[in-house]
Amino acid sequence: MKSPQDLVRFLLPLAVFAAGLVLWEAIVRAYGIQPYVLPSPLLVLKTLVADWPILSQSLGVTLLTTLEGFVAAAVGGVVLALLFNQSKWLEYSLFPYAVVLQVTPVIAIAPLLLIYLQQQTAVIVCAWIVAFFPVLSNTTLGLNSVDRNLAGLFQLYGASKLQALLFLKLPAALPYILGGLRIAGGLSLIGAVVAEIAAGSAGAGSGLAFRIAESGYRLNIPRMFAALLLLSLAGIVIYGVLALVSHLLLRRWHESALGKDN
Amino acid sequence: MAEPALSGSDAESAVRLRGVAKTYDSGVTALGPLDLDVASGEFVSLLGPSGCGKSTALRLIAGLATPSAGTVELSHHGTEQRGSHRIGFVFQEPTLMPWANVRDNVRLPLKLAHAPAADADARIAAALDQVGLADFAGAYPRELSGGMKMRVSLARALVTDPDILLMDEPFAALDEITRFRLNNDLLSLWRNLHKTVIFVTHSVFESVYLSQRVIVMTARPGRIGAEFRITSPEPRGEEFRTSAEYAAFCREVSGALAPSYAGQAGA
Repeated sequence: MKSPQDLVRFLLPLAVFAAGLVLWEAIVRAYGIQPYVLPSPLLVLKTLVADWPILSQSLGVTLLTTLEGFVAAAVGGVVLALLFNQSKWLEYSLFPYAVVLQVTPVIAIAPLLLIYLQQQTAVIVCAWIVAFFPVLSNTTLGLNSVDRNLAGLFQLYGASKLQALLFLKLPAALPYILGGLRIAGGLSLIGAVVAEIAAGSAGAGSGLAFRIAESGYRLNIPRMFAALLLLSLAGIVIYGVLALVSHLLLRRWHESALGKDN
Repeated sequence: MAEPALSGSDAESAVRLRGVAKTYDSGVTALGPLDLDVASGEFVSLLGPSGCGKSTALRLIAGLATPSAGTVELSHHGTEQRGSHRIGFVFQEPTLMPWANVRDNVRLPLKLAHAPAADADARIAAALDQVGLADFAGAYPRELSGGMKMRVSLARALVTDPDILLMDEPFAALDEITRFRLNNDLLSLWRNLHKTVIFVTHSVFESVYLSQRVIVMTARPGRIGAEFRITSPEPRGEEFRTSAEYAAFCREVSGALAPSYAGQAGA
């Protein structure tokens, strides 16, 4: 299973990362660059530890927003796709607006939302707006990808609409839905960050993006980097968790989850 | 079966088609008009070139499509037990649900009919036993060979104990050895279970080997071009494949099929 090549693929990016950090540290020291211009990696790490009480709280806020936006996007995207699949009229009436929401940059919508909605609600809505579309379009694609002969078989045995949905359409769409969710996970984090930054000047937020904006105003560049590091890690963890869930659900049957030797 | 339905008129018809035609929205007439009677318990093959509408005929009989003209009648038979279904359909591809294991794939028709679980389990076991897959109930379709997938598909069609088994070129994609074995297994199932079988194929050899009656269809729009009774006695086995009688029937049927291919580019 673990061939030398797998090991290399795992170790190589880590080596590049380590080399980059060492080079960064060396340059900062050699040229005596001030921390408010470019902090060294060690200083970023120290700041992360020192500011952990503040930063961890902000991380919690951002993660909660992201999770709420993600759940709203997942449920909203799948439910909308199911409704569109059941009724062409509904699809024709509403789908263009889903596209409009998707193509309008969320950073431009966020200030408006902040006027009309409570800040916490506005942030979640932002996360939802960016994240729901991939779920919607992927689920729609999945529901339309059902094997025609299998659909004929369900018809032959007199399956009800609900049975066809539960036993045929949803399982057939599952790999597509999971693909949509994997994209939505990263996007809901982006949505949350965008909304926090837009709300930043209002001063009521306390998420990681707010900390970045705030630290920027105060020229606390090391903390900016530390918060950025946490955001990046959060994104990686979200992606990893969703990829793992996808693998566990599909490993027995779907091509995407099978090893090359199978 | 004291009197194998040779005359056709006095035997009870399981399937009766009268003036059945199918025209698609594009204006292409795919089939007919077609008159066809299949006696109860008979094994009939529809033989013809690709695109002659033989699969369409099967879908019309199954009710998966509606005829543009004419009538399709199926005889009513027996008691309507929960989970029994008059028709079993085997597609050209195995058409299994990849997310479900063999047992759950075979269970599908029973589940859709809300058959009681205990009864369903017994019937699934029996159906898997009939196709020789009792040991593979927990396997997923991707873990099976092409021939085994087709056997699962056959078990799923048999699990509702249908009167009529419709098969749409089921073995066309299999290698020859596997196809021969499945042919033999299908014949012994047919002998034991007394099903009416309508078998669509483009193979002269397969149709003669399996059938009591071979119906040769013309090129599009498909009509009945010729009909042959294959009078060779049952049970047929591997020795029948190499017999002079088999060869003679094949020659005769091939001769009748030739006009259907005339004028077809690349045929």
